[in-house]
Amino acid sequence: MRAGLFIPCYVDQFYPNAAIATLELLEKLGVEVGYPSRQTCCGQPMANSGYEHLTEGCNTLFVDNFAEYDYIVTPSGSCALHLKEHLHTKDNNDVALGVRKKIYELTEFLTDVLKVDKLDAKFPHKVGLHQSCHGQRGLKLAQMTELTAAPFSKPASLLGMVEGVELITLNRADECCGFGGTFCVAEEAVSSKMGKDRVADHEHNGAEYITAADLSCLMHMEGIMRRKNSKVKVIHIAEILNGVKEVVA
Amino acid sequence: MKDHAELAEVFNKDEQRVDWHDETLWWVRQKRDKASHLIPDWEELRETASQIKLNVLSDLGNYLEMFEQNAINNGVKVYWAADATEHNHIVHTILKGRGITQMVKSKSMLTEECHLNHYLEEQGIEVIDSDLGERIVQLANEPPSHIVLPCIHKKKEEIGEIFHEHLGSAKGEDDPQILTETARSHLRDTFLTRKAALTGVNFAVAETGEFVVCTNEGNADMGAHLADVHIASMGIEKLIPQRKHLGIFLRLLTRSATGQPITTYSSHFKKPRPGQEMHLILVDNGRSIQLGREDFRNSLKCIRCGACMNTCPVYRRSGGHSYHTAVAGPIGSILAPNLDMKKYADLPFASTLCRSCSNVCPVKIDIHEQLYKWRQVIIKEGYGDKKKAAAMQAMAFTLSNPTVYRMAGKAGRVVMKYAPFAVNNSLNPWYKHRDMPKPPKQSFGEWYSENRK
Amino acid sequence: MPKSKVKYKAANPKSNIQINMTSREKILADVRKNQPPISGLPDMQVWESKGLAKTDVLETFKMVAGNVGGKVIEVKDLAEIKSHLNITPGTRVLTTISALFDVADNAADYQDATPHELENVELAILPAEFAVAENSALWVTETQMGTRVLPFICQHLALVVSAATIVPDMHTAYLRTQNTDHGFAAFVAGPSKTADIEQSLVLGAHGPRSLIIFLLP
Repeated sequence: MRAGLFIPCYVDQFYPNAAIATLELLEKLGVEVGYPSRQTCCGQPMANSGYEHLTEGCNTLFVDNFAEYDYIVTPSGSCALHLKEHLHTKDNNDVALGVRKKIYELTEFLTDVLKVDKLDAKFPHKVGLHQSCHGQRGLKLAQMTELTAAPFSKPASLLGMVEGVELITLNRADECCGFGGTFCVAEEAVSSKMGKDRVADHEHNGAEYITAADLSCLMHMEGIMRRKNSKVKVIHIAEILNGVKEVVA
Repeated sequence: MKDHAELAEVFNKDEQRVDWHDETLWWVRQKRDKASHLIPDWEELRETASQIKLNVLSDLGNYLEMFEQNAINNGVKVYWAADATEHNHIVHTILKGRGITQMVKSKSMLTEECHLNHYLEEQGIEVIDSDLGERIVQLANEPPSHIVLPCIHKKKEEIGEIFHEHLGSAKGEDDPQILTETARSHLRDTFLTRKAALTGVNFAVAETGEFVVCTNEGNADMGAHLADVHIASMGIEKLIPQRKHLGIFLRLLTRSATGQPITTYSSHFKKPRPGQEMHLILVDNGRSIQLGREDFRNSLKCIRCGACMNTCPVYRRSGGHSYHTAVAGPIGSILAPNLDMKKYADLPFASTLCRSCSNVCPVKIDIHEQLYKWRQVIIKEGYGDKKKAAAMQAMAFTLSNPTVYRMAGKAGRVVMKYAPFAVNNSLNPWYKHRDMPKPPKQSFGEWYSENRK
Repeated sequence: MPKSKVKYKAANPKSNIQINMTSREKILADVRKNQPPISGLPDMQVWESKGLAKTDVLETFKMVAGNVGGKVIEVKDLAEIKSHLNITPGTRVLTTISALFDVADNAADYQDATPHELENVELAILPAEFAVAENSALWVTETQMGTRVLPFICQHLALVVSAATIVPDMHTAYLRTQNTDHGFAAFVAGPSKTADIEQSLVLGAHGPRSLIIFLLP
């Protein structure tokens, strides 16, 4: 099984450990992983700001890089969702539409394609699972509290396979952290208040680590926690699933 | 005029108050969940409601004519107002023609949208809002901040002060029971003496010409049944095809709004009382334009329950007034740009696109999709920030060129490592309340070339 | 009252003719031009069938009635209602139930009076046609009210309904109202209330302060 690894721009630049963990985890699970070196970004920052018309370059680059793969896996719910819903090119759009169908967020890929039912990993800590909105409500990675429907959670199920992980219960299971792309600076007051409230929820309920399938959320919450010298750390779910005993600063 | 971000920043200066506002509305969301989770086929109910509303929009012309004919047959006078000014003029003409100078009004967001009170007051007509929350904001000379809970932004001490000043309650009295009793006596006198009452319309039934008004307080009924003239104002999209469809909507409305199984009163008005006049005004005011917008017409399905506001993490932490429009929150943000794209260009951006709103909406409006699409329209029409446009062009260029992207990334990390003060300062909005992420030694791309190629 | 005539330019930009259209004509024209392709109505029978299949209506009704601030008193006949009434002499009590004319005035006597004459009614005892279990709402028609304002203007309201008429939900409720024609009718569920002041629930807003439901067999 051959998969193309798409590493979102900010993960590439600021959180390479999460990308390395994603790569190693997939390989451990028997996937042959290709990493097109000319990849950059999914285009979401522009598109969500109303500049979808400027994303042709990103889209074409993405299709050029990834069209050949059977699966495209990315450790980011929001990027996966954006590509699935908006990837299109002026020419040969049917290729782009075909590429959309092959895109998977990591936990989605592990659950739905690889059907992982056990993991060789240990993480003996209290962990707060942040349900990143785009992954949860967009990709349906987990049930949302708004609906009258049966509960399920792909990320939580996978974390359940990691020895020692203790998932805490939050007061608000799936409220948005407030990152929202350029929202985080355009509506800075509300954004940071939302992040502050999310962090407080995790702290009050005893989290040692906050994890999620989206590093944008984690980056935002980490920024808030480091500002107040909090002991709580963030870690991308790939690193826990891949088996990380400690996070090296 | 300040936009949402600026108004929200002001709102956030009082963090304790933001917490209070946020927790109060989150509690209403939780009450909604408790009610909706008790109905096993709640999601099918939503889907059915959505389909009924789509049918209405797809045949609205015929339904409007059907409703009009049936209402006229019932003895109701029907008027058509193309816009807010015409609506206000019609109301005024009805009152003037009968020498009426005082009117009592129950909740109608449509009349807020039309700024009816202000218009009538300029013509020398006194309007008293009878819904408790609306009366409070009226006395405070403010617009309502929420379409169902008009003064959710006001604390009981503040309400006590308003009542002390205007209604004669004791100074410092803030007990909700006593304040409500004060309003009850004050408004009872209003109901008994006003010859004209104006109500909104929650649902209008095309099949029978009747319309339904839902209240907990009974104020719409106290007004209408004591008045010689009952005026009902409704947006043209408030129609439903048949009376039996009320079963679907009345099961969804109040559970979505407040978590109650139904409002205390669901009053079905069909014919005027003997000796009474009933007037009904059908208002367009931009709705037919929105109907023509393929991407945005679903917003017309709205039954004005307010659930989207209660669940919206941004609304809860910025307050209804930050949206500077009659109907605020997520639904307001997709309705308002149609009314005035320039004035409301900021609203679709007052969101993280978390999709919570779309999932509590009883008629399944794709609010999150419309917010995204309005952003594209607004930028295309030229109402975006010029500085942001330049930054976006730069970003697009960088991100579509792998070499430029790698260099920019590396340069950024170098700056952050060796000259952190360049980004860690007050010019960087991120930095106001958050630390920047720590720059790693290598990007993943660099690590991969070194270790894997 | 004359229809407002608003001048609208013709859609054809080449034409200089201004067409006088009423707002009605303009709105209908705009709506018809802009409405989406026709989309069918969903099936309502499935909801009605589901409703009819529900059981346990009495217990649900009583529980929900309590939850919304009403009080249910089970009585075996109309006469028994009187034993539950504690009317201070001089207070005004009105009813449209003939069996209670010995303890209350006939509301029909005030049908032609101005609604304001009912200003000081302390208690109104009215029949309801049927009840809805899922939300404890009672369907009261204009005829049963005597005069429309009565169930709203009284300080306290008592509604009399037969347990045999309880329907499970709103779908079955509207099956019951099918083919009926009332100038005015209302679902009444509980006493009037408001939570507008800091979400504190207060019973007794503008309508009655309390609701008692006398439940006949």
